[in-house]
Amino acid sequence: METTILNNNFKSEEYFINMGPQHPATHGVLRLLLTIDGEIIKKVEPDLGYIHRSIEKMCERDSYQQIVHLTDRMDYLSSHINNEAVCLTVENALELEIPNRVKVIRTIIGELTRIASHCLWWGVTGMDVGALTTYFYGFRDREMINDIFEETCGARLTMNYNIPGGLMYDIHPNFVKRTKEFVAHFKTKIPEYNELLTGNVIFQKRMKGVGILSKEDAIAFGASGPVGRGSGYSCDVRKHHPYSALDKVTFNEVLKTEGDSLSRYEVRIGEMWESLSIIEQLIDNIPEGDYKVATNAVIKLPKGEYYQKVEAARGELGVYVISTGTKNPYRLKFRSPGFSNLSLLNHIAVGGKIGDLVASMATLDIVVPDIDR
Amino acid sequence: MNNSELQNIIGSWFPNPEANTISEVIEVSENEEDQEGEEKAQEPINPSLLEFTEEGSQFLNISVKPEHLHQLMSQLKSNSETSFDYLFCLSGVDWGKELGIVYHLESTSHRHIVVVKVKTEDRETPTFDTVCDIWPTAEFHEREVFDFFGIKFNNHPNLKYLFLTEDWEGYPLRKDYVDEINMVIK
Repeated sequence: METTILNNNFKSEEYFINMGPQHPATHGVLRLLLTIDGEIIKKVEPDLGYIHRSIEKMCERDSYQQIVHLTDRMDYLSSHINNEAVCLTVENALELEIPNRVKVIRTIIGELTRIASHCLWWGVTGMDVGALTTYFYGFRDREMINDIFEETCGARLTMNYNIPGGLMYDIHPNFVKRTKEFVAHFKTKIPEYNELLTGNVIFQKRMKGVGILSKEDAIAFGASGPVGRGSGYSCDVRKHHPYSALDKVTFNEVLKTEGDSLSRYEVRIGEMWESLSIIEQLIDNIPEGDYKVATNAVIKLPKGEYYQKVEAARGELGVYVISTGTKNPYRLKFRSPGFSNLSLLNHIAVGGKIGDLVASMATLDIVVPDIDR
Repeated sequence: MNNSELQNIIGSWFPNPEANTISEVIEVSENEEDQEGEEKAQEPINPSLLEFTEEGSQFLNISVKPEHLHQLMSQLKSNSETSFDYLFCLSGVDWGKELGIVYHLESTSHRHIVVVKVKTEDRETPTFDTVCDIWPTAEFHEREVFDFFGIKFNNHPNLKYLFLTEDWEGYPLRKDYVDEINMVIK
């Protein structure tokens, strides 16, 4: 009885609090301005631009070969897929016939990139909600993929393996063997992930029913990737607009209908299985042939507009090029998945607690350089 | 739905009043040798206020005047035959003389895509209607355009700089933007 009386005497008032720009849960330099009442969130306003490099402006003075290298620095966890997006745009505009070997290798490395990105995401998601072990498990397995990349591409993170017309060089002789080793290894590790984190009661309570996004809202807010698919919205570019060798493989689009943080989590776990299956279908059948076709040293796209969408690890990445027929694009716009996914954060976080915001942020899987292009 | 079907449906929403009146004038004045009418009749008259083209693009492009933008956009979404419910890209473009916006729309049920373009020659205070109320995702995209092109949006709920600092001068993605210190021009 006494507590009731006490509570009546307490009045909370709204106030502002800064989350970031160096908050660990924002995964980069992102500041969230929170309006809170007690611990209940009334409004989330992201403040961006801390690491904006104006890549779109730089593209207007660069050649198409140079632009490929800039895209690594957007979503650095799916750098190969970003490179591929620009290369596909250029190749489609020039109507280049790309050898099947290139298409298959691009798809395999793209799916390896997706797994590597999801491994890192899985690690930091666990860490965000207080399970530090996952971080090391996720990084351990991602390291195997990075080693494969290092051998073939010469780099571990910003690979620059794609060039307009094909690949920079052929795959390393060890590539097939090591990729198979990784697939066999990782198949035993995903069940371990589930045992360690997915079924954990504390983790389930942090994730279940938190940050609910309905299917209609997912479409209206332009959600894509696992965020959209966690709400039952079929938005996989690989299914709807297949590119490279993705029309030759069979895989399921992982869909969950709950729309909460846990379903976004489960979509990513399911996607790792699907990526493994795509790699398995292709790794024994890499066609013989050239690893690139010759292009002019100076690439000039015919006058016109080109749009290419690909499925990056975080969702739909679009490249929109307006060309006037010169060696530089007149205007180049990157439609980055993180930007649209961030725009729905306010919608799903309002009414929840700050701890829930951390869980929602973790499953939106935001990479800030992707937003601050 | 293919592009020509889309063009017929969308074009019929905005009939060109001039097209009707001129054809009537021609019918009436067939024997009267109305010179003005003949001169106009020689030019092909667009039956719609919208302009459609597929030239130099893989999608159907629709050019719309700023005053019709909001009405067109809300119809594109609400009409069950088009139902463009997914705005996947919104880009500001500086065409030199004109400033404008390019909207890429997709329908998640029919899986067709159109591109809508709107332009203005006003470089001092370029203003368009917002489409935030139709697709909430536009809120951030329009703020980005406001940052980099200085294009304002009527009825936008929260139009302020998203990336730039409040005291930033100029609009960096415009073609006439100059920054002698930080920009490397080749």
